[in-house]
Formats: sequence, C-alpha cells, structure tokens
Amino acid sequence: MKDELYTDIVKEENLVYKKTSLMTDNILSYCPGCGHGTAHRIIMEIIDEFGIQKDTIGIAPVGCSVLAYDFMNIDMQQAAHGRAPAVATGIKRTWPKKIVFTYQGDGDLAAIGTAETIHTCNRGENFLIVFINNGIYGMTGGQMAPTTLPGMKSSTCPYGRDVDMMGHPLKIAELVALLPGTHLVSRQAVHTPAAVRKTKNIIKKAFEYQLKAKTGTCFVEIVSNCNSGWKMTPVQANKWMEENMFPYFPLGDIKIEGKLVQ
Amino acid sequence: MTEEIIIAGFGGQGVLSMGKILAYSGIMQNQEVSWMPSYGPEMRGGTANVTVILSDERISSPILTEYDTAIILNQQSMDKFESSVKPGGTLIYDGNGISSPPERKDINIYRIDAADEASKMGLTKIFNMIVLGGYLKVKPLVDLKNVILGLKKSLPDRYHHMIPDNEKAIMRGLEIVEPVHILN
Amino acid sequence: MGELKLMKGNEAIAEAAIRAGVDAYFGYPITPQSEVIEYLALQKPHETTGMVVLQAESELASINMIYGAAGAGKKVMTSSSGPGISLMMEGLSYIAGAELPCVVVNVVRGGPGLGTIQPAQSDYFQATKGGGHGDYSMIVLAPASVQEMSDFVPLGFDLAFKYRNPVFILSDGLIGQMMEKVELFDFVPRWTEQEIIEKNPWATTGKTPGRERNIITSLYLDPGIQEKHNEKLQAKYRKMKKEEVRFEKIQCDDAEYLIVAYGSSARIAQKSILLAREKGIKVGLFRPITLFPFPFNEIKKMANQVKGILSLELSAGQMVEDIKMAVNEKIKVEHFGRMGGIIHSPAEALEALEQKIIGE
Repeated sequence: MKDELYTDIVKEENLVYKKTSLMTDNILSYCPGCGHGTAHRIIMEIIDEFGIQKDTIGIAPVGCSVLAYDFMNIDMQQAAHGRAPAVATGIKRTWPKKIVFTYQGDGDLAAIGTAETIHTCNRGENFLIVFINNGIYGMTGGQMAPTTLPGMKSSTCPYGRDVDMMGHPLKIAELVALLPGTHLVSRQAVHTPAAVRKTKNIIKKAFEYQLKAKTGTCFVEIVSNCNSGWKMTPVQANKWMEENMFPYFPLGDIKIEGKLVQ
Repeated sequence: MTEEIIIAGFGGQGVLSMGKILAYSGIMQNQEVSWMPSYGPEMRGGTANVTVILSDERISSPILTEYDTAIILNQQSMDKFESSVKPGGTLIYDGNGISSPPERKDINIYRIDAADEASKMGLTKIFNMIVLGGYLKVKPLVDLKNVILGLKKSLPDRYHHMIPDNEKAIMRGLEIVEPVHILN
Repeated sequence: MGELKLMKGNEAIAEAAIRAGVDAYFGYPITPQSEVIEYLALQKPHETTGMVVLQAESELASINMIYGAAGAGKKVMTSSSGPGISLMMEGLSYIAGAELPCVVVNVVRGGPGLGTIQPAQSDYFQATKGGGHGDYSMIVLAPASVQEMSDFVPLGFDLAFKYRNPVFILSDGLIGQMMEKVELFDFVPRWTEQEIIEKNPWATTGKTPGRERNIITSLYLDPGIQEKHNEKLQAKYRKMKKEEVRFEKIQCDDAEYLIVAYGSSARIAQKSILLAREKGIKVGLFRPITLFPFPFNEIKKMANQVKGILSLELSAGQMVEDIKMAVNEKIKVEHFGRMGGIIHSPAEALEALEQKIIGE
C-alpha cells in the first residue's frame, strides 16, 4: 500500500517540483539551513529555463561557495580571492555573446575584492554579480566580514564589532548603485518561499538584460544566514537575520534599468 | 663599417627624433641600427641624449662609453661627453649656449650655428635637421636620399607637409658647418 | 622578407601581439613598459583584427582578466614591470595551477620596492624560481634584441598552448626602450570560435550536451589528488627541460674563457668579447635564451673547454647560482654586475673578467 502510494506520487504528471538537471547530484557541502543551496538552485533553474547552459560561464569565488562548480552543471572557473569580477571581465570581453555571472561572498566581494567590484561596476561590464552577504567569514571559521554588524561577535571581534576600531559594515550595493555603469542593483533574501520567488524574478531579469543587449552590470545581493558561524540553529539564524540584518541591509530594488529607486 | 654616435642636448631640441631619423636612414640602406635614449624624468625638460649605432654587422652593445662621433647641443652635454670621443673621432657642436668650447687636440672638431640659422630661417622647429645636415657633411655615411626616406618613415603622416622644410634645413646644414680643429 | 621598421622593444611586443592573432591584452601602465599599452591603444586593433585592449584598474585585475580569458581558450597577454609583476604573482600561481596558456612580459626595472625606472635584471629569481606560491614553473624567454621582442610573442603563444602553461618574457628597460630594426612577421588570423573549441577542449566555452562541464580551478582539497596534480605539473616541466632549452653561442669554438649573459647583458658582453679578442684574450659568449628551462647541460659541457666563467647580470648575482650548479665546482665561476639601474659598460665587464677569472 505504501509502495503504491510512492509510485503514484513520482508519476511525471503528479510532480509539482523537480530538481533542475543543472544542479549536479553531488551532495551540497553547505551546512543545513544555509542559503547557498537555494541561491545555487535559483540560478541554475533560470539558466535551465532560458536554455542557455551551452552559453553560460560562471565564476566561483573563494569562501564557502569555492566549490560551487561541484554543484552547478555548467562550465565554471574558480577565481582567486576577490578577483571574480576581473576573471569575468576577461571572459565577457573576449566572448561578448556568452552569458557570464560571478557568485561571491562578502569577504570576497566587499573586502579583498572591493577594487575589482567597484571598477567592474564602473566600467559597466555586461554581466551579473551575485553577492551572498551573511555578515561573516563562514569557510574559515567565523571571522569578521566587512558586513559584520556593529556589536556582532565573531572570532576576530569576540567582544563584538567596535565600529570605532574596526570600521562600519559596508553597504556595497548602495555604493555600486551610484555608479553609472550599473543597470540593476537589488538586495533580496532566500529564507522564505516568498523571498525566494522575488529573488528568482530579479535574477531572471538580470539574465534577460544580458541576453538582450549590452546594458551594464547587474548586481544582486542576497542577505543570507550563517547559522554555524553565527552559532545558532537555522531557525534562530533566520529570525536573527530578519531582526538584525534586514534593518541594516534593507531588502528591495535599489536601481532598476539604470535609475535609482526612490 | 660601424659608426657609434652620441647626440646630446636639452629635452625639446629634437635630439631623440634626430637620432631616429638617422637610424631610419641606416635601415633604408640595409644597415643594422640601434637607438638607445636616456629615459626617465630627466627627459621632461632636462638634458636628453641618445646613442645611435649604424653598422654593416650585427650590433653588440647599444650602450657605449666612447663614441666615433659626438653631436653636442648644450654646455652640460659638452662637459659630459667631450672626453668620451674616441681619439681620432669627431665632435660637432652648436656654438649657441656653449661657454667652454672643446679643447681636445686629438679629435676633429666642427661647429655649426644651427640655432641661430634656424631662427634666421624662421623655422626653429627644424633646428635639429640643420644639425643633421652638418653631420652628413662631416660624415657622409648615409646617402641624402636615404635620409629623406628615413624622414618620411619616422615622421607621422600628419607632419609630412613639413618634409620640404626639413629637407631645406638639412641642405642648409651641409653649407654652414665649419671646421674648428682638424687632424692631419 | 617582412616589413622593416624601426621600433622600440615595447612597441615591437605590442605590434607582434596584434600580428600573432592575440585575442586580448589586459594591462596597467608602469615605466619602463607603458609604450606597450599606449601603442595598442593607438593602433585600435579591435577595428582590424578584433583584438581587445583594456586598461585594468591594477595589475591584480589585469592578470585575473588574463586568467578568465585564457580559461575560456583565448590567446591573451599582459605586460608590466617589477612592482606590477609582484602584484601579478598571485594570479600567475593560479594560472600555472589551473594550467592556463598565456604570455606575460616583464620589462624589468631596478628594485627592490619602488626602486628605479632604469633597466635591471634583478627579477631572475622571481621569474625562474617561482615568485608566486606553490611548486610551479613557467617557460622564461629572454630577448636580447628588439627583433626577439617581436619574435618571442608568437613563439611564446606556441609554447603556452603546447604545454597549457604561462610563458614569461623576461626583458628589461634597455631592450624595451631601445629602437632597432625589426622585420615584422605576417599577420596570423585570430582563431575562430569553432577553432578555439576544437583546439582547447578543456576551455570554459559553454557546456554543450556532448561533453562534461569544463572547470578551471587550481583547488584540490584532497591531498592525494593535489599530489597527483603536482606530479602531472612536474612531468610537464620535465618535458620542457628536455625539449625547450634554447641558447646561443658566440665565438665559443676556440674560447678559453666564457661570459654567460642573457638579454641586455648579453648585448654588452658581445662588445666585451670583441674588446678582449683585440687584446688577444680568447673569450666566448654563451647566451641562454630560455632561462627556464636553463641550459645546464650545455654550460656543463663548456666547463670542459674553458678555464673560467664570468656571469654578467644587471643584478647582485642571480643566474650565477644556476651556472655554478651546472659547473659543479669544476672551474671558477664568478659574478659581475651593476645594480640600481646602472648599466655595466663593455670595458667594465672585460675588466671584471680579467680580474675575477683570468687573474694575475
């Protein structure tokens, strides 16, 4: 009886969700509750839906998602820490018809790679930057990130981030939105189904722009959690994110089609 | 045949371009050539010099400490390079601005008042071509027709209308160069 | 015969890049090599061959643009000088680790630090012994003339793609800034997209249904796999050592003494040996053209013939260590060289040979 029910469910016509073939069958190396897996899936679904696997090249950063190429079934390059936008520039400038995106964390994009981020956006390089901001260095064991909140604890600010000594969390999305080279700048999240839908829509838009014409750089920040780095359960982490991260890094579109959203 | 030349003067006197035209003239008659400038911040307004080598054989060092010919266009360069002319070699200088003329007795010395002549001709920009003319008179190692070809090669197209003036300046240089001290 | 031109070494590198069918140049200005990007900017090759020229925000960015485009199968190059090359070391280590073909030019100036903008050969260790982190090697070509500045660009790309490895052109401010006669080679068309995919099946050109996805990476977290990768690289370097050694011998047949010098020092030494022979001293010049792989065996052979070797370098003595390794104390080996951007004269070099090698 049980078996019959199972076979009934997996019948093609009864399926309501199917993992895209653009996600490999490798077991994700991310912690349970982490937002990376969802962010990966959204991007791969979009590439699948547009049918552009053969034309897409992704760049993996240094950080937890250094092994993104183990999970994304597309051609990918792994870049040195912070240099993904330069690597993507090299690819896109020499293969202008290919669809290119980088996938970067906060240490990669907003600390060691700030110059590459700013100048890539300033040149209006015609590709997508996906920025995962979880306010901490996850892979190396929970050190302070450029986006660590004031007072927030990490292994390198164990008494909380003292902004007088360590500087303020960097709002890089607002910064790049001011550059004429950016076409779309948005900050989203992936912690609820509604947030996932919104994020997917905006990333889809970014791919559409790149498919259509040379518009400029698209920059999508995803405010995410790091329950292991934050030393919380996944549920606590999401709650903490809503209460603390979102007020400092408010969600929403910052720039659409080259115009700042008021 | 190998001719090793130093051309030295102020930045802006056309020292480097004169060397370039000479080197190009060498190429026009199938010679090996090298052109090695002093470069760096001192180029911007200070002294400038360039070593030019013309040879029928493969050129070894592009940097030298003694020369067959020195073309000297200011006093600082005179102080620096008079002593580096090989015995029996040649020194050509523009008298304008030279307070201590060369005194060596073991070399041939010529004077060419190119700066004065250029302003008389109303063509101060082709001062260096008058000097080049003087050099060609003293050391006729490259054919005049190859110099004109070299001039065309080394000048960008937008300056080609100035070639007749340059040619005139070279011819004038041939006429006005004067021996000061000649070895027997 | 190709077109003859009077060109600076830096201009010859740039012109050769256009003619060799290079897809892109990414660079950042620094003396004494800024003429490379200036020449390219002036020529507008994107309108003729389709070559991309882009001034990056730093050498960090330019070497990583090289990484990206090379990883996508394109022929790409960059150039810089000491301080900029130091910034590129991270990228070069990644490029070597990920086995990407590219050509990188160092027009060396004196160091350390900001140093001087005048010529030097003090980046020999950096170029030939690593420079960046990890066990890796690059083929290092040392041009000694403006002609070789031009010729080593297509040669560099042939070797880079043959071995899937970065090729380094170690020039200096003297060769970069001087003008000489160059015979330019004919234009080679850039590879079409189809040719790139066929010639470089490993490149990230987009995953097609027929093949597995291509990944460009230098990361192997499993030590066993990383060691295997290292062994693969080492096997490649051994093949280079066997097949790619290049050198030139001048007046070595009857030589009793030998000067070993590369690049601009080899030019100066050429004059020194003429001066020596005028004095009746039989001196030959051995010029390594590849500094990696270094001509160890050929120098070892010369040690059976000559009584002593002077290594002439614009440095405190770097290549001399390789010469000593080749000679293995069989004969006397000494170094002579000026530093800080001062260039030794042919006479000075001969004097050093007489004092340090020939003796009383």
